[in-house]
Amino acid sequence: MSVNDLFKQELKVVNLGLKSFYSDLKSQGVTTVQVNWKPKAGGKKNMLNLLSKINKVKQS
Amino acid sequence: MIDIIEKANKEALEIIQNGQPTLIGLGVAGEVIPGMEKDLFLHAGPPITWEKMSGPLRGGVMAGLIYEGLASTPEEAAEYAASGKLRFEPCHHHDAVGPMAGIVTPRMPVWILENTAYGNRAYCTLNEGLGKVLRMGAYGPEVIKHLQWMESVLYPVLKETIEIHGPIDLKTMIAQAVQMGDEAHNRNKAATSLLIREIAPCILKTSFSNEDKIAVLEFLNSNDHTFLNLSMPAAKATLEPAGKVKYSTIVYTMARNGTEFGIRVGGLGDRWFTAPAEIIDGLFFPGFTKEDANPDVGDSCITETLGLGGFSMATAPAIVQFVGGTPKDAVRYTTSMYEITTEESKAYKLPPLNFRGSPTGIDIRKVIETQVLPIINTGIAHKDPGVGQVGAGIVRPPMACFEQALEAFVNLLEDEGLLED
Amino acid sequence: MTIHTSIKKNAYYDSVTLMLLSRQLQELAGVEDVLVGMGTELNLDLARDLGLETGEFDTLTPNDLFIAAKIDEAQISMKAVEDAFNAYLNKSAESDSDEDYQPPSLSSAIQALPGANMVLVSVPGQYAAAEVEDALDAGLHVMLFSDNVPVEDELRLKQKAVEKGLLMMGPDCGTAIINGIPLCFANAVRRGKIGVVGASGTGTQEVTVQIHKLGEGLSQVIGTGGRDLKEQIGGLMMIQGFESLIADPETELIVLISKPPDPSVAEKIYQIAKSSPKPVVIDFIGGDRKAIEAVGAIPCISLEDAAQKAVKLLRGQEYEDFTGFSLPEEQIEQIVEKEAAKLKGDQTELRALFTGGTLADEAMKLLGDHYEIYSNIPLSPEMAIENLPEGRGHICLDLGEDEFTRGRPHPMIDPQTRTEFFESHVDEKTAVILVDVVLGFGSYKDPAGAVADSVREIRQRLSNQGKDVVAIASVCGTELDRQDLNKSITTLEAAGIIVLPSNAQAVRLTDKVMQRIMEKGAGDVR
Repeated sequence: MSVNDLFKQELKVVNLGLKSFYSDLKSQGVTTVQVNWKPKAGGKKNMLNLLSKINKVKQS
Repeated sequence: MIDIIEKANKEALEIIQNGQPTLIGLGVAGEVIPGMEKDLFLHAGPPITWEKMSGPLRGGVMAGLIYEGLASTPEEAAEYAASGKLRFEPCHHHDAVGPMAGIVTPRMPVWILENTAYGNRAYCTLNEGLGKVLRMGAYGPEVIKHLQWMESVLYPVLKETIEIHGPIDLKTMIAQAVQMGDEAHNRNKAATSLLIREIAPCILKTSFSNEDKIAVLEFLNSNDHTFLNLSMPAAKATLEPAGKVKYSTIVYTMARNGTEFGIRVGGLGDRWFTAPAEIIDGLFFPGFTKEDANPDVGDSCITETLGLGGFSMATAPAIVQFVGGTPKDAVRYTTSMYEITTEESKAYKLPPLNFRGSPTGIDIRKVIETQVLPIINTGIAHKDPGVGQVGAGIVRPPMACFEQALEAFVNLLEDEGLLED
Repeated sequence: MTIHTSIKKNAYYDSVTLMLLSRQLQELAGVEDVLVGMGTELNLDLARDLGLETGEFDTLTPNDLFIAAKIDEAQISMKAVEDAFNAYLNKSAESDSDEDYQPPSLSSAIQALPGANMVLVSVPGQYAAAEVEDALDAGLHVMLFSDNVPVEDELRLKQKAVEKGLLMMGPDCGTAIINGIPLCFANAVRRGKIGVVGASGTGTQEVTVQIHKLGEGLSQVIGTGGRDLKEQIGGLMMIQGFESLIADPETELIVLISKPPDPSVAEKIYQIAKSSPKPVVIDFIGGDRKAIEAVGAIPCISLEDAAQKAVKLLRGQEYEDFTGFSLPEEQIEQIVEKEAAKLKGDQTELRALFTGGTLADEAMKLLGDHYEIYSNIPLSPEMAIENLPEGRGHICLDLGEDEFTRGRPHPMIDPQTRTEFFESHVDEKTAVILVDVVLGFGSYKDPAGAVADSVREIRQRLSNQGKDVVAIASVCGTELDRQDLNKSITTLEAAGIIVLPSNAQAVRLTDKVMQRIMEKGAGDVR
């Protein structure tokens, strides 16, 4: 979907981060959702490491 | 092509979705529970020793010893328990589950359930009712007296009742109750009503005196949580076969012993992954505060493990008042559980979510990735033995359980050479 | 202490409601203990254990509700307890918190929002790139507000975006208006025919606001992030945005805004401008005029000038560099005289405190030749603020820069940082205070009020030494912004602040006042 396609669509926004951006969009009647964002695996390096390993499990 | 974990999880979910928990009768623990012995008491949660047991478990053990006639006072009971003459094992290791302290002694009558889809059975004691009861760690004379009444009147009447009635399909009963405002853990009023309605005529047909029949009906009716002791083993029976699915990351057990919270994962067999149990955030009865609370205790979160209880809170909004929430919060809690589960239940549909199936199949990978922990509705016991319930609320397992499980899982895969480089 | 029982016959409430009620009543002053419950044996036992039994207990059935309370009659009556009980029950259902479900991740959000086409990312910089990558992979456009994103990640992500025909506005992109919807820090402006691609947040805001003031509107306003026009990134988003505006049927004229690009990047942009069928106005702030004219584009001398030229071109009117003021010359001179007259001979210093980075930059560029201004965005390294001799000299600060926003909100969001600088950096040697007041989405609820308060405080402080100060401001906002342009101007003028219609004019007025002071020399400025 190109930039010019976007110009023809209704803007629907996913907000990751500062809640005020989401609130401002909502107040304008924009369809939007606020992500209750946390760093993946809480940002814990050992868990991220385990998750990336487990994603590399072999096919059967 | 499908990776081996996805394949295993599909298998695990099929098992869970196909489970048919059925009430087939009653028996005495020492006679029907596999591996039950005269010197063995079962308890809720992962393995634990007398030394580490908190108030409610100790109280329950002491009550059990007096009830079994192995001690005549609480002091004697405590001595006996500490002596080494008594062994303790998790209910879960014996196809059983127990609410709160979950103490099962050889004499106790138990419900017998069978998962007719796979043939495995599950057991649970009969619910004693509210107030000062063994499962809350109370051990006074009235506790023992009541247990004796249950053994001598309640049990035989119910046993004959089910013999007359025939097996009862609990899956359907729970599915109906869930559409009547129950969530099968903290809210069992509808299911208890359905049960009594179902068996009342057969109670009347039994060979016992009117007095006994009346007492049994009145007792069942006085206790909204009668059905809890059926919904728990129903969940247990449904989930247990999923514990044998190699390479599955699906959680098939969650349980607490008042000191530790433990989980078990399909692909890791019967290994427990434990961490200190949390104190519950909730509503306390007048006169009690968080200071009085015991940490999280009981096998009852087996219901959440199946996608009932806190996972189905959307359909039982009264529960969310325990943390000052609204029905919309109840819906939010359930909705968040879809983030950490695999499928929607084919049996348990939630009307407030347009009859969406409840979130089923907790995946440890998703818990860690999203940092969203399972939500559990639970009662709160007083930390001292002998006092009883002091409130109810919402609690979550410790993240550490899932982290340990993930690490063990990856190690297992590495050991078996199943990871791509 | 006395014990009372209130009974409501045949009233039913479920146990949870009653527990909540008990808790509420327990908190009333004068209530030592209270239990509200149905008259079951269990509850009566509980009440007895709490020492709340009265004779009436015998009459209670499980269908009756009772309130058993131990109260201090000096503080509260049982009737008051009953009233509180009734009030609680009659309270209309608490309005549900307006909070909608917040999915825990981008992927679940995309599932929850069918047709999602834009992701706004403002999570900490170290995590932002991964989220942007997932968004682009899912085919969504991105506005990346976060900064502290490594330049290698920016390049990789912009290349992916270009490949997929998607926008990746940022990092450090604060302003965009897509399909007429302001995103992050942007002003409420009318929709129209002018398209903007901007690498500078407040620069873009100023241009859009000026276009609106002149009666025209914006089709699309695309941000690129501050680093886009560096060689390493190669202007990928500026080019992507520029080309999409050329192809956009709603856009009739295009404005490009940025600090001067790296030469190779400028070259690429000029080539596109050369073959553009639509007129292109280019404000490379302080950039190479001739090169822009050579490709048929229109260069600018300020952000306001860019807006003026865009509007004139759109209307087919003649245009020229806007170097003056909106007010007539004589009026400006009168203002300069009057303001300069407020000052004593030893008041010679400029204190320019900006919240908008590009506005600060424009001020530096417009003033730069005439003054030695120390700054955290200096025109040359010797003029870095650290080199300020014992705090004496002209100062112009961009308070939105990293060194001022560690652990603090950006000054556009929270005026506290600037308020503190007013207190610490403005003193009896200050002649002129120059500020920007930025309205719009994302900005503080009353930036004009905060500035007015600070200026009043300063005048108060200086009056103790028999002195006054000149304060000059511009307001970057429209009458559609929630902070209201006109109200903001009134607030500033009430504090004796001279408000000009653009940043460029405010800077020019500052220049005139400073020149007047210097002309008169040390000594009386009357």
